[in-house]
Amino acid sequence: MTDKFDKVPGGPSAAAAPVSTATTVAPETIKAIPVRHYGRWISGVVVVGLLAALVYAFSQGNIQWQAVQDKVFDDTVLAGAGRTLLISVLAMILGVALGVILAVMRLSKNPVTSWVAWLYIWFFRGTPVYVQLLLWFNLALIFPVLNIPFIYKDEMTDVMTPFMCALLGLALNEAAYMAEIVRAGIQSVDEGQTEASHALGMTQAKTMRRVVLPQALRVIIPPTGNEFINMLKTSSLVYAVTYNELLRSTSQIGSTSYAVMEMLFVASIWYIVMTSVFSVGQYYLERRYARGSLRSLPLTPWQRVKVNLAAFSNRPSGGVSA
Amino acid sequence: MTAMVKAEGVHKSFGAAHILKGIDLEVAPREVFCLIGPSGSGKSTFLRCINHLEQINAGRLYVDGDLVGYRQKGDRLFELKDSEVALQRRDIGMVFQRFNLFPHMTALENVMEAPIQVKGEARAVARARAEQLLDRVGLSDKARNYPSQLSGGQQQRVAIARALAMEPKLMLFDEPTSALDPELVGDVLDVMRGLAEDGMTMIVVTHEMGFAREVGDALVFMDDGVVVESGHPRDVLTNPQHDRTKSFLSKVL
Ligand SMILES: Nc1ncnc2c1ncn2[C@@H]1O[C@H](COP(=O)(O)OP(=O)(O)OP(=O)(O)O)[C@@H](O)[C@H]1O
Ligand SMILES: [Mg+2]
Repeated sequence: MTDKFDKVPGGPSAAAAPVSTATTVAPETIKAIPVRHYGRWISGVVVVGLLAALVYAFSQGNIQWQAVQDKVFDDTVLAGAGRTLLISVLAMILGVALGVILAVMRLSKNPVTSWVAWLYIWFFRGTPVYVQLLLWFNLALIFPVLNIPFIYKDEMTDVMTPFMCALLGLALNEAAYMAEIVRAGIQSVDEGQTEASHALGMTQAKTMRRVVLPQALRVIIPPTGNEFINMLKTSSLVYAVTYNELLRSTSQIGSTSYAVMEMLFVASIWYIVMTSVFSVGQYYLERRYARGSLRSLPLTPWQRVKVNLAAFSNRPSGGVSA
Repeated sequence: MTAMVKAEGVHKSFGAAHILKGIDLEVAPREVFCLIGPSGSGKSTFLRCINHLEQINAGRLYVDGDLVGYRQKGDRLFELKDSEVALQRRDIGMVFQRFNLFPHMTALENVMEAPIQVKGEARAVARARAEQLLDRVGLSDKARNYPSQLSGGQQQRVAIARALAMEPKLMLFDEPTSALDPELVGDVLDVMRGLAEDGMTMIVVTHEMGFAREVGDALVFMDDGVVVESGHPRDVLTNPQHDRTKSFLSKVL
């Protein structure tokens, strides 16, 4: 950086100059009229205008804004949001754990385990999660009693509570997608890494844990974050198995109080809050795992906001080198 | 005195491709043993057989008197378990053409990793020696840098320090300078020269004939999976006996 400036006043004239201090005159700073970005201003005005029209339309619609305000922090709604969060987190944890196992099975040299994993992924990715949820919900129709000899025996309807249906339905489906993500992550790590690790005397297990998986994580984490954010929203489908999550608890209030749209707004608000919070978390997690792969870390959102603002204005940007 | 490395009729095939066709050679302790030959002649493959990254199909390969990768009982061979192979590899350092540093660890962590994970060394002990080794390869100021922040020559010197951290009795170098810009080659060769002076046993696959002549104690010319000619580097390089050696040397010198 600095030597670029150092070289400017030097050069061939340096030898000719009698006194060295005389040559270190700062080069004249360029003062030019910047390009005017008229297109940016016009499109900006149009978009803001359209947005204002949309806001106006909603303010004139037949909407009881008071109901939205009253119900956002309603106990039932909060409990529903809590259940949405709970089922999403649990299903994701189970899905990731199962997904890692399936990925390792899929990559194993044993053709039987590899084939079983393939079959699992084929089935759970090939059918809609909604259908899978209904399958779990109606399991009692074909197996009235759950009987694991000598270990466990109970009525199927007692085992398959709405919570269990929701958890199994979401988690088993997620595992199939996670398996593919983890497999791609492991395969993305260069073979030279495994060789170098083996050559140092590390066992296969240690190599996987210390060398391959940490590097695979960099590839695995971004899509996994997306999967979780999808999970938060997909969990609204467990409405169908009567689990009282956010959508179900808000709709029930909506149908009894004749505020259907209002309660859907309430649900949307909470979904947006949850997905936004986790998106920020995901961002910082990705940043952490980018260590070593980039010469310098990417900008944080705040740093990017500053850069974007600077790009919009015509003024030369000052402190955005970040 | 047992040979550090002894190969007897080593064969290696990949599927139908017969790559090593009966290699016999001996490397004495403290010797710098250079391996040269045209591309595809099997130099890397042979080197990788020595630490069992590749499994040989026929013959015997010994490191410091121990059979590599197998246990012999009577005239039957038993494959070693993963953990036993790992135990053998502890004593054999390897430096790759493409460095293969762990990109998610700093230079210092790269050097500390194996002593901690493999030997169960205490962190403080491993760190002290890692710092010492980085100093020895001239990179004490780069200890906290990640590999992506280092030049090729610096990365290769870290890789050498990483291998040395396991205190190996044998070092394998697979064209350690051929991925480097010409002006960075010297630093790496200097480190290797220092190692040779300290009496490390080294097998070096290289195209650096100057290094082979100056530092090497023995040199083998390999072509098409067989040893064509061997002897003292000075003799082979200045007075080759075989036509294939002559034509190869006329191209590289
Ligand atoms: N894993 C593998 N599977 C199949 N063929 C291989 C494998 N590894 C090496 N070979 C083949 O073996 C031959 C010898 O390769 P090797 O890497 O040992 O050559 P080399 O002498 O080191 O050449 P270079 O100077 O280019 O590095 C080549 O023809 C190569 O294609
Ligand atoms: Mg090679």
